[in-house]
Amino acid sequence: MSRFTRTGALRAVVVFGALAAFPFVFPAQWIVNIAIFTLMYAGLATAWNLLGGFSGYLSLGHAAFFGVGAYAIAIAFTHIGIGGSGYKPFFALPLVGIAVALVSVPIAWVALRVRAATFAIVTLTLLFVVQQLAFNLHHITHGSQGLALPPPPFDVSTFEQPFYFAMLGVFALAFFTCWWVKGSKLGLMLFSIRDDEDRARGVGVRVTGAKVIAFAVSVGFTGMLGGVWAYYIQFIYPQFAVDPLITIGAVLMAFLGGKGTVWGPTVGAFILVPAQQYMAYKLGASELYLLGYASVFLLIMLFLPRGIIPSISDHLARRRSGRPEEPPGAVASAPRATLPGGMAP
Amino acid sequence: MHLFIQACILGLLAGGVYALMASGLTLAFGVMRVINVAQGAMIVLGAFLSYTLFTKLHIDPFVSVVLLTPLMFLVGVVLQLVFIRPLRADEREELSLLVTWALALGIEGLLSVLYKTNYRSTITSYADNSWRVLGYHLSEVRVFAFGMSVVILALLYVVLTRTEFGRTMRATVQNPVSARLLGVNVERVSALGFGISVATATAAGAVFGMVTPFFPGSHYDLISRLLSIIVLGGLGSLGGAIIAALFMGMAEAVFAAEISPTWSSFTFFIVLIAILLLRPQGLFGTNERGAL
Repeated sequence: MSRFTRTGALRAVVVFGALAAFPFVFPAQWIVNIAIFTLMYAGLATAWNLLGGFSGYLSLGHAAFFGVGAYAIAIAFTHIGIGGSGYKPFFALPLVGIAVALVSVPIAWVALRVRAATFAIVTLTLLFVVQQLAFNLHHITHGSQGLALPPPPFDVSTFEQPFYFAMLGVFALAFFTCWWVKGSKLGLMLFSIRDDEDRARGVGVRVTGAKVIAFAVSVGFTGMLGGVWAYYIQFIYPQFAVDPLITIGAVLMAFLGGKGTVWGPTVGAFILVPAQQYMAYKLGASELYLLGYASVFLLIMLFLPRGIIPSISDHLARRRSGRPEEPPGAVASAPRATLPGGMAP
Repeated sequence: MHLFIQACILGLLAGGVYALMASGLTLAFGVMRVINVAQGAMIVLGAFLSYTLFTKLHIDPFVSVVLLTPLMFLVGVVLQLVFIRPLRADEREELSLLVTWALALGIEGLLSVLYKTNYRSTITSYADNSWRVLGYHLSEVRVFAFGMSVVILALLYVVLTRTEFGRTMRATVQNPVSARLLGVNVERVSALGFGISVATATAAGAVFGMVTPFFPGSHYDLISRLLSIIVLGGLGSLGGAIIAALFMGMAEAVFAAEISPTWSSFTFFIVLIAILLLRPQGLFGTNERGAL
């Protein structure tokens, strides 16, 4: 496990430095707007990766916690106001993150009793539970009418910048947490769960603890991103804040870049979100947009299920070791010799 | 008491249709370890197809089931060949979740383009008719829908237990490796199994459109209920799915009548949490393969 190598650190400094300078180099509002959503999804995919990529537990319900974070900020600040400078909601974000993480612990403990497909089903159901709650708890969420936040008193010409840096901050936090976890004991525990949970438990890995921690941290970041998003959008309602497309977007980006890698989800988000925004702009009508989205999704799943980064690093490793390039699929075909149905002989 | 029994009757009739919807889902899982998240979208697709046949050609939805089911069976086989089979066996369980979710989005997008996002409802001439039995209302549409579900499930049972194809399918569910060693063409069984799954969804969709207003996004609501049902019944267990569907249909209706209609969909989630705490493998599931 390479942990904070010099090239790795250099790469991170260059990328995050460039990201910090970005809104000053390209101050046009529509560009910063796209960049905000790109960073949001980079953060979401990175946070999802901490659980889904590292431990192999495929959560399809992260949008539930995104919605919880969004509603937490919205409910808090519609009632008490955001105060003079308008930065108060940003300072509340760590609290939101911690609260979401704590609330998720009992949920995680129940959901993580089952594996693989059943876990995915349970988390997917969780998403609908939270959406239904947002609809039905009318007196605090205003149901389908939605909640409007007071407009932030930021200068019009640089209106986007505080949100940009808030997204960047949460994303950076999620990214470095992921990086640290990957080289830590917790990371090793998660990887051992992904490879063979029963054997990991057998040799004394505290699997339940590791899984619950990964779940809580992962959804904590997701909730914080939801909070920034709600403040930026200023108006939220249930279908919009607890949207299955948010989960699926984050999962897709993690798969495209390479799940289980540190940089993969970020790479996936930086490719897909601008493309997605461009498509939404070009195709306009949300109906065609859904079709386009589904097609891209299917293409990635069928032709690049391992992701960009693992494919590239395999290629580099093979070149470095001096072996001739194997035809694509040759490596993949070895496990294919196992019989179908998920059972290796 | 009258209200309670009336709710039980309504719930049982709805549960029969849930059973038909869930049977395909649990069968696909049993045969291929594939969770078909698109099952809800297939049901909505079936509802729209029979709606179109009814409004444009005046074909009764119960008749259009006979026409649509074989057609959608073929569509299901093709979908399996194109989207599920290329997935590697060791990743199939998790990747299929995402691939079928993408299919669901694709179907939702297609239906939104064709029909826009308004609510529709297939309203036949007998839609408001009902019988009175001992003071209880029995809506004709719901009784016919229940009857149709029973007939199709009975057919499925006969196919699974009495035919050569059914035997190969049950063998595949129990152990695909042994089945293959004994000469079963597992890939062919998987494709046909997915076809059956889509066909049952289509049939259920036709009657779903008669009892519930629907729009292209209705599939999320459906799939969340159906997934709870098959987890309760035990993934891959057909009998378990049917019993769980009848139970959940009745529990939902009673909850709506006696406690609160707004919160009735929570019945599914409450039962799901209870089952995770008490018996994570479901009522009739096993930790091994082989429940059907």
